[in-house]
Amino acid sequence: MREVAVVSYAQHTSRREDLRNEVEMLLPVVREALAPTGLTTQDMGFTCSGSSDYLAGQSFAFVQALDAVGSWPPIAESHVEMDGAFALYEAWVRLQHGDIDTALVYAFGKSSPGDVGRVLSLQLDPYLVGPLWPDAVSLAALQAQALLAGGSFSEKDFARVVARSRRNARDNPHAQLSGDHDEAALLDEPVWADPLRKHDCPPVSDGAAVIVLAAGDRARDLCARPAWIRGIDHRIDVQALGSRDLATSTSTRLAGQKAGIGKGIDIAELHAPFSHQELIVSQALGLDENKTSINPSGGALASNPVMVAGLIRIGEAARRLSAGEGDRAVAHATSGPCLQQNLVCVLEGEK
Amino acid sequence: MTGIVTPIRLDYRYTPGTAASGFLHGMKVGRLVGRRCPSCTKVYLPPRGGCPMCGVEFGAEVEVKDTGTMVTFAIVNVNFANRVVELPYVTAEVAFDGADTTTMVLLKGVAPQDARMGMRVQAHWIPEAEWDFSLANIDYVVPLDEPDADYESFKELL
Repeated sequence: MREVAVVSYAQHTSRREDLRNEVEMLLPVVREALAPTGLTTQDMGFTCSGSSDYLAGQSFAFVQALDAVGSWPPIAESHVEMDGAFALYEAWVRLQHGDIDTALVYAFGKSSPGDVGRVLSLQLDPYLVGPLWPDAVSLAALQAQALLAGGSFSEKDFARVVARSRRNARDNPHAQLSGDHDEAALLDEPVWADPLRKHDCPPVSDGAAVIVLAAGDRARDLCARPAWIRGIDHRIDVQALGSRDLATSTSTRLAGQKAGIGKGIDIAELHAPFSHQELIVSQALGLDENKTSINPSGGALASNPVMVAGLIRIGEAARRLSAGEGDRAVAHATSGPCLQQNLVCVLEGEK
Repeated sequence: MTGIVTPIRLDYRYTPGTAASGFLHGMKVGRLVGRRCPSCTKVYLPPRGGCPMCGVEFGAEVEVKDTGTMVTFAIVNVNFANRVVELPYVTAEVAFDGADTTTMVLLKGVAPQDARMGMRVQAHWIPEAEWDFSLANIDYVVPLDEPDADYESFKELL
């Protein structure tokens, strides 16, 4: 396997982009990610993006977004109607071909123009579940109920995740929700979608993230401490929500195994928009909170730009490795209702 | 059963963006406002999110005239679904004077068979009282009594 590393990363997140459109939001982030590498978008061997036209409410919004990378003379590019983490996977596969050394990955999404809970319900099967318009929070609440019914976790665990997430987010300039919270006080808050409270759910966020990938010695030239992708894999659970155990995540467990997660993870960035989902993902990956720093950025509970939050997990994990905050990290991204599809990326800092 | 009908409706609060907002505010007062790319110096009308050729943010706003050159056109002989316009009609790509991009508008005031590439045209605006934040303030373009533009002057836009 050809070694490929994250050599640069930038993100922008805000509560609501009222004035700028997607391209205007993305342009400075592309520039910020490219700056430390000294490369231009035209230097990239491949460009891949992740977004959803349903967020913009506009068909081919992803094509318009190419304005942000300057596609003349023509560039080799691709797009996935998924979180940008899955675009990064495609770019990683493309780099495995061996004929190019660099790739640009970007993700963008504005959740604020529409009702994101309803937008996300359009990813459900269009015959039986979709016509009922179950919103994303209600489906997550069903999953949380299933987790509680298993008896291994309680609502106290949900509150613990929220308190840690908000606490960690204090150091994250991109976080929307941060601060010190007493776990007992969190449990005194009213229930929003039983058993979830509002703080168990993610904020609505607009944002963009950009990652530069490079292979082999090119990565060492471009970055003082590249974050090497040692394994990356994604798996999907069956589509019908009633056909799987919502309290566990088989696809995450398999992806983690295939990506070679093993033991000795210093940092974990898990894409869990709902507090209980972090518990499910963490368990599926065999993580121990006492040995691994989980979501030091605050995770998706602190800011959750849909289609971007997964790529941010990879970027945040890589950024910390490059800064020497750890040697081995795992980043996770999810897509679909109730953790339907999951990607796991194992990263290591240059020795 | 051979099929089901699932009603779908989603509402959005659309944000045109900084550059396009400048254009729409210009339309409201009868002005054509484009933006110049600081890299390639081309003026886009309407401006998009950034220069698609260079991948950079636009620079200053540039006022564009409502006269221009019809760089190409199509004679339409079939109506779209749900749209009834008297046939045949001419859809024109017009480079307004000062812009380096073309804008699609209807051409009127000339028989379709007399439409020519390079024809000089001017915008015909709807009554000022009806002006909105919209390109639809320009109802159509009409020919100007001027010699046709030289092909060399607009071939880049084809």
